[in-house]
Amino acid sequence: MSAPARSQASFILGAAALLALASTIVLGLGLPPTLEQGPYARLIAIHPPLAWAAYLAFGVTALTSVLYLWPRTRSRVWDRVAVSSAEVGVVFTALTLVTGSIWGRPTWGVWWTWDARLTSTALLLALFLGYLALRGVQTDVHTRAKRSAIAALVAVIDVPIVHLSVDWWRTLHQGRSLAQLTPQSDLDGSYVAVMLLGFVAMTLVYGWLLIERYRVEALDEHFQDQGLDLALEERRAEGEPVAAR
Amino acid sequence: MWRDAALVAGKDLRIEARSRVATNQVAPFAVLVLVLFGFALDPDRGILSRASAGLFWVAVLFSALLAVQRSFAIEAVDGGGDGLRLLGLDPAGIFMGKAAAVFVELAALELLLTVGIVVLYGVELGGAGLMVATAAVATLGLAAAGTVYGALSAGLRVRETLLPLLLLPVLAPVLLSATRAWEVALGTSVDDGWRWVQLLAVFAVVYLTFGLVGFGALMEES
Repeated sequence: MSAPARSQASFILGAAALLALASTIVLGLGLPPTLEQGPYARLIAIHPPLAWAAYLAFGVTALTSVLYLWPRTRSRVWDRVAVSSAEVGVVFTALTLVTGSIWGRPTWGVWWTWDARLTSTALLLALFLGYLALRGVQTDVHTRAKRSAIAALVAVIDVPIVHLSVDWWRTLHQGRSLAQLTPQSDLDGSYVAVMLLGFVAMTLVYGWLLIERYRVEALDEHFQDQGLDLALEERRAEGEPVAAR
Repeated sequence: MWRDAALVAGKDLRIEARSRVATNQVAPFAVLVLVLFGFALDPDRGILSRASAGLFWVAVLFSALLAVQRSFAIEAVDGGGDGLRLLGLDPAGIFMGKAAAVFVELAALELLLTVGIVVLYGVELGGAGLMVATAAVATLGLAAAGTVYGALSAGLRVRETLLPLLLLPVLAPVLLSATRAWEVALGTSVDDGWRWVQLLAVFAVVYLTFGLVGFGALMEES
């Protein structure tokens, strides 16, 4: 196996992602402040797109995990895509929580609230941190791939149950859901446009990060294989003078 | 499958009965957790009795971690896991057996902890039907999900630290639902407790099914 090189497609995608992200930021900062939320409403340009990219990433992880577990499509490619996507997804989920928190502090007055959506997002993050911890364990490649794929599926199955339970929990003890406070309904046209651009930008960023993370994973495996070969050769070289005597 | 399950469950429970790890270590640990909550919270103002349902289930959750850890530790010594595979037992049966053993251990522990919250927190029990039904389905879910994750982390060098990280977020809905249902039963909250029991039942069915189908794949390697 030769070391995977950076492809031209990745370069083009990376450039497009950078361009889209830069224009989202510039246009997003240019949005007029709203009456109720002031400048913080501008976070809508990146917060929902970040959440979308996180869901997309975990969806890809679940799908590729199934593909790995199904004997007819089993390939280490799916394992690498699954872990790459999960890692990118964890970053996006964390950023979703951080941007939400930054918005929540001035708007709701608190950094964190036990709202149903917040709580299930935090648990989603914890579930996939567990997945990454399992995937990071040094053991036989196939054992690790299979166990991680099963863990990803169990985590994904858990998501609707988690969501339902926290939804019931919060809507019972708190009159109205905080989700109603999102300024979706009376959004100005320019906000919608920038948010849509944000969705495109985050999807491109996700795609680019996925490709590059996949390359790193493949390189890592490559060098681990090569490292073993090297070590074997060194041991052989040590043995040779003795054999010659 | 059922015969295999009974064999494995019998074996696990016999080991626990003879080694006394569950009675001498896990059970005292669970009671200790209850005592620690007493130190952490103010015991005189009724906080403990109001929060007793949640504290009870947190103590059960921590003990479940130990029980699952233990359930797979006994297979790790003397090639027990290989032995199980070589016996030609049905993997679904092994899963059911291990889960059943964990279920029995946890059920016994819950009984002890119930006495614990009555004595230590001054809780007055009520709604026996709802309490028992909740405990039964919640424990089934804990045992099933715990056994799946126990197998996932079995044999890995970092399993002691990995298992809690993997298992606790998955068990969050069980903690939540069981706590709400018990709050209703104990009279600290007004709600439809049986709805939570249904959710717990869904959780248990999902993880039992997953274990029955997927345990073979987890057993065949490593």
